[in-house]
Amino acid sequence: MASSIDDLKTEIKKALPGLDMVIAWAAGPDPLSHTPLFITEEADVERIEWDPRCSQNLAGYLPGLRGKKVGIVVKGCDARSLVELLQEKLIDREDVTIFGLHCTGAVDARAARKALGSLRGGLESVSVNGGTASFSMSGEPRTLPLAEVLQKKCFTCTGADAEVCDHFIGEHGEPPRVTETPATTLEELEAMSMEERLHFWEDQMSRCIRCYACRSACPLCVCQDHCAAQSREPHWVDQTDHPREKLMFQAIHALHTAGRCTECGECERACPMGLPIMTLKQALNRSIQDLFDYRAGTDPDQAPPLFEFREEEKNIKEREW
Amino acid sequence: MSVNEGKELRIIGFLCNWCSYAGADTAGVGRFAQPTDLRIVRLPCTGRINPLFIVRAFMNGADGVLVSGCHPRDCHYSEGNFYARRRLEVLKALLPVIGVDPGRFEYTWVSASEGQRWRSVVTSFTEQVHALGPMPGFKSGTSLDMCLCHMDQTQAL
Ligand code: SF4
Ligand code: SF4
Ligand code: SF4
Repeated sequence: MASSIDDLKTEIKKALPGLDMVIAWAAGPDPLSHTPLFITEEADVERIEWDPRCSQNLAGYLPGLRGKKVGIVVKGCDARSLVELLQEKLIDREDVTIFGLHCTGAVDARAARKALGSLRGGLESVSVNGGTASFSMSGEPRTLPLAEVLQKKCFTCTGADAEVCDHFIGEHGEPPRVTETPATTLEELEAMSMEERLHFWEDQMSRCIRCYACRSACPLCVCQDHCAAQSREPHWVDQTDHPREKLMFQAIHALHTAGRCTECGECERACPMGLPIMTLKQALNRSIQDLFDYRAGTDPDQAPPLFEFREEEKNIKEREW
Repeated sequence: MSVNEGKELRIIGFLCNWCSYAGADTAGVGRFAQPTDLRIVRLPCTGRINPLFIVRAFMNGADGVLVSGCHPRDCHYSEGNFYARRRLEVLKALLPVIGVDPGRFEYTWVSASEGQRWRSVVTSFTEQVHALGPMPGFKSGTSLDMCLCHMDQTQAL
């Protein structure tokens, strides 16, 4: 990993004079998650960090920086968000310089904190090798199984290399091999009756504090002040603290990202209450794959399936009644 | 003239103005007996339907939702129902995940001249929803319930 971070710094230094800024990660106030770094001067390049703590998907900043020449560092899943933004013409390919990396998996800060216990004494490094994650705490190594500390999205990573990029740094490789993963929320739901599912969401949503961090973190939520959740005309969601309204908001988010969501996991990672809200998007993605043979974020020249139609739909059966 | 005996359920129908609404009208003019559970919302086109209309209807206590528009290639606006078809198919994946039985939602195509077909669509869908019974509510009730309960308490003081 040491060599790829040096190569990354060298490439960024080379490209920086032609760019308005480069977005990467730097050490943050939280020892388990690195924070975004906006580089405008060469001296900032030295602050770059690159290890499994670089969880945040930086692609979400790009639509707001449209018109500027921006460099961005991406993991495999982040690159898929970027492709989706290109597909939707929310960013311009010629204005973005992409530094792609091979990712070994991203740490779920909440799970890792729980697994590690006290972090007093500091955390010097985190790395993933084979089926385990190693944490070096005050010189002492701690090794934990990946299933315990990685983000859930990494369990089913569909490609850890940034596939669309201008500079690929380091070696290509496989996604992390996570064994003995716990059942997903979607699988748990499948075992429940319809009424139990409704009450499952009622319980989950009763914990939602309606902070909309899930929305703000989503790289594809670009409506900003025009979000349907805050519109008065039409009034989609009322102001009560009822789980129903919060579930309604999750339905808005899921349906507005249907066919666009790349399962980057930012919505769930950003949720301060740890609610399993990506489940709704995963369910829609499964269905979109079956209906339209389509996966978001894979081909910059494709259009999302709800942006178009076929007169004869291959996988939609007409109702016979 | 209820075909289904017993209590009516709340079924919302989103109907396109050009085909299905006219089809329902044809059924009415023909005096075909139909169940009366359906409340019709008339829309210019199924392409106008935001899948969130349907989610909102369920959240507000509907027991079933039926969408009906012009047959594919007969859309007054050429392609509204083609877009609707994709959106509604995707919606079908969301409803069961949030706990709405897939049998409570259907979409179909009925033209202005198909009064008989409209009758059979409404009848079978109503029967299907009755077989499922009323939509289970949230344990915490609706916010309207909470308001009423609060009002009762205030009045008791
Ligand atoms: S999903 Fe894949 S690319 Fe993304 S953080 Fe996890 S392992 Fe890395
Ligand atoms: S909905 Fe969640 S998983 Fe999907 S793109 Fe947005 S933040 Fe990523
Ligand atoms: S981030 Fe979590 S708590 Fe905040 S609105 Fe979204 S689901 Fe609710």
